[in-house]
Amino acid sequence: MKCTGKTVKYGDNVDTDVIIPARYLNTSDPKELAVHCMEDIDKSFHSKIHDGDIMVGGENFGCGSSREHAPIAIKASGISLVIAKSFARIFYRNAINIGLAIVECPQAAEAIEEGHTVEADLDAGVITDVTTGRSFKTEPFPDFIQNIISAGGLVNAAKAGIIG
Amino acid sequence: MPMTMSQKILAAHAGLESVEAGQLILCSLDRIHGNDITSPVAIREFKKMGFDKVANPDHVTLIMDHFVPNKDIKAAQQCKCCREFAAEQELESFFDVGRMGIEHALIPEEGLVVTGDVAIGADSHTCTYGALGAFSTGVGSTDMAFGMATGKAWFKVPSAIKFVLTGSLPKYVSGKDVILHIIGMIGVDGARYKSMEFTGPGAHSLSMPDRLTVCNMAIEAGAKNGIFEVDDVTLAYEKEHAKRELRVFKADEDAKYDAVYEIDLSALRPTVAFPHLPENTKTVDEAGDIKIDQVVIGSCTNGLFKDMQEADEILKGRHVAKNVRAIIIPATQDIYLKCLEAGFIKDFIEAGCVVSTPTCGPCLGGYMGILAEGERCVSTTNRNFVGRMGHVDSEVYLASPATAAASAIMGKIASAEEVVK
Repeated sequence: MKCTGKTVKYGDNVDTDVIIPARYLNTSDPKELAVHCMEDIDKSFHSKIHDGDIMVGGENFGCGSSREHAPIAIKASGISLVIAKSFARIFYRNAINIGLAIVECPQAAEAIEEGHTVEADLDAGVITDVTTGRSFKTEPFPDFIQNIISAGGLVNAAKAGIIG
Repeated sequence: MPMTMSQKILAAHAGLESVEAGQLILCSLDRIHGNDITSPVAIREFKKMGFDKVANPDHVTLIMDHFVPNKDIKAAQQCKCCREFAAEQELESFFDVGRMGIEHALIPEEGLVVTGDVAIGADSHTCTYGALGAFSTGVGSTDMAFGMATGKAWFKVPSAIKFVLTGSLPKYVSGKDVILHIIGMIGVDGARYKSMEFTGPGAHSLSMPDRLTVCNMAIEAGAKNGIFEVDDVTLAYEKEHAKRELRVFKADEDAKYDAVYEIDLSALRPTVAFPHLPENTKTVDEAGDIKIDQVVIGSCTNGLFKDMQEADEILKGRHVAKNVRAIIIPATQDIYLKCLEAGFIKDFIEAGCVVSTPTCGPCLGGYMGILAEGERCVSTTNRNFVGRMGHVDSEVYLASPATAAASAIMGKIASAEEVVK
C-alpha cells in the first residue's frame, strides 16, 4: 500500500468520543459522520482535509468507545493513513477490519509535524517525511492481519474465505 | 508453557492445548452481542459479507439501551433496523423497551454470559463479565458481524498484569474507588492490549457488584479484558443467574506476568477522576472546593442494586443542594423494581432527584442529562473525555455512587463521611 498526503497532527490519547461525538451516533452513514469528524478538538478538520491526507497521532490513539463509526468517519473524511506512536486495541482491530490503513511508528509520529508532506510505502515498510527528507522504518503486520488488510478488510476476507 | 487465566480460556475455545502471548488465534464464541448504536453497522456488514443466517441464534444478543426509549427519529430508525433483524433471525435474546436494561448489567443478570465463556460485544465495556471468570472483550461492529456469521473471532493472545489485592474495603469505599485508584496508578494505556487479572484475599473479599465495576473499567486502562479468579462469591452468583454449565479456569502457579502489583484495599480512600482522563485521579480529601451543577448515578459501571443501595444510604432523609440536578438511573428493569420495593425510589424523589428508566443516555452525552457550556457533573459513569456528556467546555468527574450522592447533597465534590458524620 502506497500513499502520499499532507499531515494533520494530534497528541496522545485521542479518544473515539472526539473522533466522532456520540451525539452523531444516531446515524452510521459515513458521509454524515465525516462532516463531524474531530470537531470537538479541531473545528476546521472537515474543511481543511483533502483526499489522501495523512493523520498523525501520539500514544493510545483511538482509546475509549468501541464505536466503529470512528475509523469510518476518518476514512470517509479522505484520510489515507493514520500514523501513531501506539493505537488503542479496539480502534486498531476496527481500522484493520474496515480497511483504514494504520501503522504504529513512534519515531515517525514524534518527528513528523503538521502540514508536512509524507509518503508511505507500507509494503516496503518505509515512511518518508518529504518536507524534511527523513525516512522511518515500519514493522510489517503479522501474516494473519496482513491477509485481512490485503483483502480490503474483514468483510472481503470473510467473503473470500480467507479466515473463518 | 504455563498460562494466565485468560490464556487458558482462550486456548480452550481455540481447540489448542496451550497458547502464548502474541499468538494470533481464532476462537469459538459463547456470546456475541451488540446495542442500538453498534448493531445497525454490524447488520449492514453481515449482509455485505453475503450471509443470510446467523451461525447460532442462541448465541446472539441485541440490547436496545443507548438511545432508548428513542430520543429522536434517527435513533428510532436504528432500533427498527435491529428489531427487524432480530425477528428475521429469530433471536430469542432481543431486549427492547420494557424488557431491556443497560447491556453490561443485563447480560450477567440474565445469565447470558457465564463463568468460563468467551464473549465479544460491540461495546467497549464488554470487559465487565470478567468478574464472572469469563474472557470477554469489546470489539467493533465488523467483528460482531463476523462473530454472528461464523460464531468465531480472531484474537491476539494477550499477556497480563496481575493485581494481588489484600485487605478489605473501608466503609464508603467501593469497587469504583479500586479501579479509579488502579487507573490513576498505571494510566489510561497502562494495560494496553493486556489482561488485568485480579487475585488475592482482597479480590475474594469483594462482592460481585464491586467486581463487575472493576472489570467494567479495565478498558479505561487500555486493557483487552479484566478478570477475577473464580471463588465462592462467583459460584453463589452463578447459582442464581447461570442457566448453563460453568467452566472454571485457574491461572497456572508459574504463569508469567508483565508486572505484578499488590494493593491493600484497606488503605484506599474515596477517589475521583478529574477531567479529561480517567487517570487524573485524586482522593476526595485532595479534591478541593469543586462546585457542581449535576450528578448522575447509574450506567453500566454503577447502575446495579448495590450502587442504588449505597446512594440511598446517603440520600434518604436528606435533600440535594439547590442548583444541583441529580439523575438516578437503575441499570435494568429488575433493579428498578427492586429499588421500588426497597423504597429507594421514594427516598430519591423526596431528596429531589429524578429517576429514569434504564438507559445509557447521559454517560455518552446521548440524552437525559446533557451538560451546557461550563457545567460540571459528578458521575458514576466511566469516561470523562472532552465533550463526553455534552458541551466541549463541560466537565465530568468520575466517582462512586456514595461520593456522587454525597456531592449532590453538598453541591460540591464531597465524601460520604462529610455528609453522614
